[in-house]
Amino acid sequence: MTRALEAEGVAIIARDLTRRFGTFTACDRISFDVRAGEVFGFLGANGAGKTTAIRMLTGLLLPTSGQATVAGHDVYTESEAIKRHIGYMSQRFSLYEDLTVTENVRLYGGIYDLDNRQIRDRTAAMLSRLGLTRAARDLVRDIPLGWRQKLAFSVALLHEPRIVFLDEPTSGVDPITRRQFWELIYEAASSGTTVFVTTHYMDEAEYCDRISIMVAGRIGAIGTPSELKQQFGAHSIDDVFVRLARPVQESPRP
Amino acid sequence: MTRGVRTDAVVVDSVVKQFGQTTALAGVSCAIHTGELFGFIGPDGAGKTTLFRILATLLVPDRGGARVLGEDVVDRLWSLRTRVGYMPGRFSLYQDLSVEENLRFFASVFGTTLEREHDRIAPIYRQLEAFRTRRAGALSGGMKQKLALCCALVHRPEILFLDEPTTGVDAVSRREFWDLLSQLKAGGLTAVVSTPYMDEANRCDRVALIQRGRLLAVDTPDAIARSFDRPLLAVHSAHRYETLRALRDYPHTHTVYPFGETLHYTDARTDVSVEQIAREVRAFLETRGVPRVAGGPRAIESGAGSPLHVESIPATVEDTFMARMGPETAPRSTDLTRPTVPTESTRQRHSSDPTRSETAK
Repeated sequence: MTRALEAEGVAIIARDLTRRFGTFTACDRISFDVRAGEVFGFLGANGAGKTTAIRMLTGLLLPTSGQATVAGHDVYTESEAIKRHIGYMSQRFSLYEDLTVTENVRLYGGIYDLDNRQIRDRTAAMLSRLGLTRAARDLVRDIPLGWRQKLAFSVALLHEPRIVFLDEPTSGVDPITRRQFWELIYEAASSGTTVFVTTHYMDEAEYCDRISIMVAGRIGAIGTPSELKQQFGAHSIDDVFVRLARPVQESPRP
Repeated sequence: MTRGVRTDAVVVDSVVKQFGQTTALAGVSCAIHTGELFGFIGPDGAGKTTLFRILATLLVPDRGGARVLGEDVVDRLWSLRTRVGYMPGRFSLYQDLSVEENLRFFASVFGTTLEREHDRIAPIYRQLEAFRTRRAGALSGGMKQKLALCCALVHRPEILFLDEPTTGVDAVSRREFWDLLSQLKAGGLTAVVSTPYMDEANRCDRVALIQRGRLLAVDTPDAIARSFDRPLLAVHSAHRYETLRALRDYPHTHTVYPFGETLHYTDARTDVSVEQIAREVRAFLETRGVPRVAGGPRAIESGAGSPLHVESIPATVEDTFMARMGPETAPRSTDLTRPTVPTESTRQRHSSDPTRSETAK
């Protein structure tokens, strides 16, 4: 079944994917597909199981049961291949502030086994596309936040991954930079890269092609933003989210 | 400066603050009315934290001045400190102390006790009581924010300064937090909040848009949205990225941005009706073949309703913010300018917080 889906351009396939920690089920039989070239938003309240799901999909955590393939590789047996074929960018940590722009790119290129020529060519192309050529020797800490985030995204794409995972990519940036960032995301998606976005910010979710919302370890809803708004009779994804997640109250843990 | 029948809880007059080469505040003036829920809205590095630290008496302005509750923030800092509550942006409670121990500690710093102040914080503390013995560091993001709010309220301040209280917490907790602020406001407290999230503007009575150390606007969220000075069109398209690229080539385009599921478009012409603009934009996109563009699998799925739809819509606070941001960060600018505001790292290096020791990052 999964082979057939891959042939149709499916980047991520999850079937009944489950992870338990002791008696606690963090991820409870979640199933979904993400198509190649799709911008997929992965939402959920704190503690809903998002992080556990992402750790399984990025080859960092073995599932308890169920199946998943990411970029055609099995999460149980091919986690190293998965890591080579995905990119990752987090708002909290992406680039080394004490290294220059070029040094950061070289470091990541080396980690992903690119040769010197590839690194040189791709760095030049990337910096020129971002308008950062003149800042190539600046320390990352000295360039404005918005540029840092655009650079971090481009670095995450340096090894031409099939899927890039973004964790709250635009939080804190000004609204124009944020839109420039989304244009970079759309550009990557239109050239076939799958973009998997997690965010707490529901207006950011509206930029995605499709979103899923995790509630208490399960997928509570999945669809295009307009489909979900229609389904829940809500004006915004924020309303959809609150309706889904509100009944779940935090309980005292031992 | 507004001077009406209302009294002002905060008056900021031409405040300038620099850290080395970077200008955090470049002459900020505004007034916040007593009893208001007031928001400073702007991105990271806009100067929000610097302004909050000055108003909370933790930082001295280089030039200009500010009065809070009628008292100068520099000359009267010791008497002001007992009258203001401040919740810093980074979680600044003792992570190794329990919820209750943190509260008792902050009460004792201000010479009071948890028991004496219980009724003031009861509505919020009630939600935390089940976690009374849990270490603060082990709370969820939303619960941490509620505890920090309790600690900022425990000495019965007359005004609260909350620096980015909703950053990094989930949508449910954010909504609950804003509900709590509305309750506190109903109880007569003046609350000043900062946020990078434009959609939170509507929870405030009035807001100031802040960018690169300057205020872009100060007004009610409604008035700020209405001040947008051009007809605004929303373009719905199943092929969002292709449509965006096509509109970049359209000779009459003033601005075009992705905006959620749609694109927001303004026209460079001022003498053409919005209906005509909408018709012409649609016609242009059709000649560019936009509805028929092969957009891959995502285009097939996302085509809800008609493939192309152009309509006139009211502007939001965020549209106004972008319109007023100025050309130095224009969308197609390729010129990299040096930052004029502190970055996260310089901010941390230069700032210290004498009332709250930070026990963890």
